[in-house]
Amino acid sequence: MRRMTVLIVSLMLVFAGPLFAGGQAEEGEEADGFVLGLSVSTLNNPFFVTLRDGAESAAEEMGVELVVVDSQDDASRESSNVQDLIQRGVDALLINPTDSDAVVPSVQRANEQDIPVFTIDRGSEGGEVVSHIASDNVAGGEMAAEHLIELIGGSGSVVELQGIPGTSAARDRGEGFNNIVGENDEVEIVAAQAADFNRTEGLNVFQNILQAESEIDGVFAHNDEMVLGAIQAAESAERAEDIAFVGFDAVDDAVQAVEDGRLDATVAQQPALMGELGVETAMAYLQDESVDESIPVPLQLVTPDNVDEF
Amino acid sequence: MTGTLDIRAIFRRFGLLVAILLLAALLASISEQFLTVGNILNLLLQATVNATIAAGMTLVILTAGIDLSVGSVLALTAVVTADVLQMGVPVPLAMLTGFGLGAFVGLVNGLLVTEGKIPPFITTLGMMTLARGLALSYTGGRPVTGLPQPFLNIGTTAILKIPTPVWIAAGIYAVGILILSRTTLGRYIYAIGNNPVAARVAGLPVKVTTVSVYVMSGVLASLAGMILVARLDSAQPVMGIRYELDAIAAVVVGGAALTGGEGTLSGTVLGALIMAMIANAINILNISPFYAQVLQGAVIISALLIHSLARQKTR
Repeated sequence: MRRMTVLIVSLMLVFAGPLFAGGQAEEGEEADGFVLGLSVSTLNNPFFVTLRDGAESAAEEMGVELVVVDSQDDASRESSNVQDLIQRGVDALLINPTDSDAVVPSVQRANEQDIPVFTIDRGSEGGEVVSHIASDNVAGGEMAAEHLIELIGGSGSVVELQGIPGTSAARDRGEGFNNIVGENDEVEIVAAQAADFNRTEGLNVFQNILQAESEIDGVFAHNDEMVLGAIQAAESAERAEDIAFVGFDAVDDAVQAVEDGRLDATVAQQPALMGELGVETAMAYLQDESVDESIPVPLQLVTPDNVDEF
Repeated sequence: MTGTLDIRAIFRRFGLLVAILLLAALLASISEQFLTVGNILNLLLQATVNATIAAGMTLVILTAGIDLSVGSVLALTAVVTADVLQMGVPVPLAMLTGFGLGAFVGLVNGLLVTEGKIPPFITTLGMMTLARGLALSYTGGRPVTGLPQPFLNIGTTAILKIPTPVWIAAGIYAVGILILSRTTLGRYIYAIGNNPVAARVAGLPVKVTTVSVYVMSGVLASLAGMILVARLDSAQPVMGIRYELDAIAAVVVGGAALTGGEGTLSGTVLGALIMAMIANAINILNISPFYAQVLQGAVIISALLIHSLARQKTR
C-alpha cells in the first residue's frame, strides 16, 4: 500500500514537472524577449545543419532564444514537433518543411493560435505564411550567365541544358540565364535542350548537340548532374578543352570537378545565410517592421579560386 | 496457314524498316548533320542501353509477362558494381557480382510470378519500388563516382571505329535471335505466351521457362547499367528511372503484342533505333523540349497504329 502511494506521488511529480517548467519558460520569455521556434526538415543532411547553424548564430547575435527541432525527414514527426513548439508558446515559427503539402496542417494550426509562420527553402502549399525565404534561382541563372560570358571572352556560341520542363527550378534558372544572354548580341544560344536534371541525359543530349554544332564555346546546365554528363560527352569527343562549363547546386561531385579543373564554375546556395535571414525576417516582423512575402537569398559562385571553401 | 503468318511477319518487319529509312531520309534532308558517320555511331551508341534492356523485356513480353523492375534493377546493380569496383575488386569479378545480383532479382521476380501466383505487372511493380529503395539506401542517395580505367573502357573504347557497347548489344541480339529461333527454350517461350494452359497440358516446363526469362531480363538490365556507368564514370541510385517504359515502347514499336506469343528481337532492335533516332533528332534540330515529348508520343502511337492496321489487313 505504501509502495503504491510512493508510486502515485512520483508519477504525479513526473507529470506535473513540465507544467512548472512551462511556467518558468514563460516568465523567462517575458524577461529576455522573444522565443523563436525552428523546425528543420532533417539534420542528417549537411545543407540543413549549416542552415540551422546560420539561424542559431543570428539568434545569438540578436539575443533571442531559438528552439530547434529536427523532423528527420518525416512529415508526421514534423507535425508533432511543430505542435510542441506551439505548446511551448513560441512567438514565431520558422519552418523548413519536409514536404510542401504535408506541412499545410501544421501551418494552419499555428495560424489558429495567431503565431506568425515563416517558411525556409521549401514553401507551404496552404495556410498563411508571412514570408518565404529561399534561394533566388533567377539571380543564380543570371550569375551563371554573366560568368559564362566572361569565360568565353564576351562572345560566342553557348548551349543551355535545361531541367525537367515545367519545374520551378528549371523555369527560374532558365529565365535568369536568358535574361542576360538574350540581351547580349555577341552571344548566341545555339541549342537549348532538356536533359531532365539527369547525368545520363546530360551525356546523351550533349553528345547529340556536339554532333550538330561544330562550334560550341560554353555550356550552362540548370544543375550539376547535367553539366557533369555533358563534360563526359565533351571529353570523349575530345572537345572539352574548347568549352567552358557552368553548373548549378555545388553538389560534391561538382565541387570535386571544379577542383580537378574539369568544371569551370557552379552556383552554390547559401544555407547559413538562409537560416540567418529567416531569424532576421521573423524578428523584424515581431518588432512591427514590414517584411516582404518573398525573401530571396543570394547565391554564390564556386570557381577554382574559392573552391577550397566548399 | 503458315503462308499467311509469314506474309504478316514479313510485312511488319519490312514496314518498320521502311519507316526507319523514311525517317532517316526526312531527317537528313532537314539537317545535314544527321546522316554523318559520327552521328550514326553516336545514335547507335545511345540506343544500346535501351536496346539491351529491351532484349530482356522482349523475352518477358513474349511469355505474356512484363518486367517493370528493370530500371530500378539497373540502378541497384550499377551502384553495387561501382561500389565493389571502388573496393579494388578486379573488374571481371565485380561485373560478375553485378550480374549475379541482377539474376537474383530476376529469380525472385520469376518465383513470385510462378510460385506466388502474383501477376507479373504487380510483382515487378513491387520490385521496381523495392530495388530503387535498396539502391538509394545502399548509397545514402549519393552517386558513386571515380572508377578504374579498365572498367571505363567498356563504355568509352571502340573496336574498328564502332563503340564497344554497340558490339556488346549486337552480340546480345545475335545470341538472342538464335535462342528464340533455333532452340527449344525459344519455342517454349512462344508457346507459353500463345497459350499457357495448352503449354502446361502439353507438358512444357512452364515454370522453369518463365523464371528463366525474368532472370535473363535481370541480367540484361544489370549489363545495361554497367555500360551506362562505364560511359558516365559514375553510378547513381536515381539512374534508370522510366527506362522500363522506354524498353516496353521499343518492344511494342518493334511489333510485339503485350498479350504474348507474338514479336521478334529484330523488331525490338528496330524499335529501339527509332526511339534513339527521335531523341537524337530532337537535339540536333534543337526542337523545344515541350514539343519534343509530343513528338515522341506521336511517333510511338503511329507505329502502334500501323502495326494494328497491318494485323487487321492480313487477317
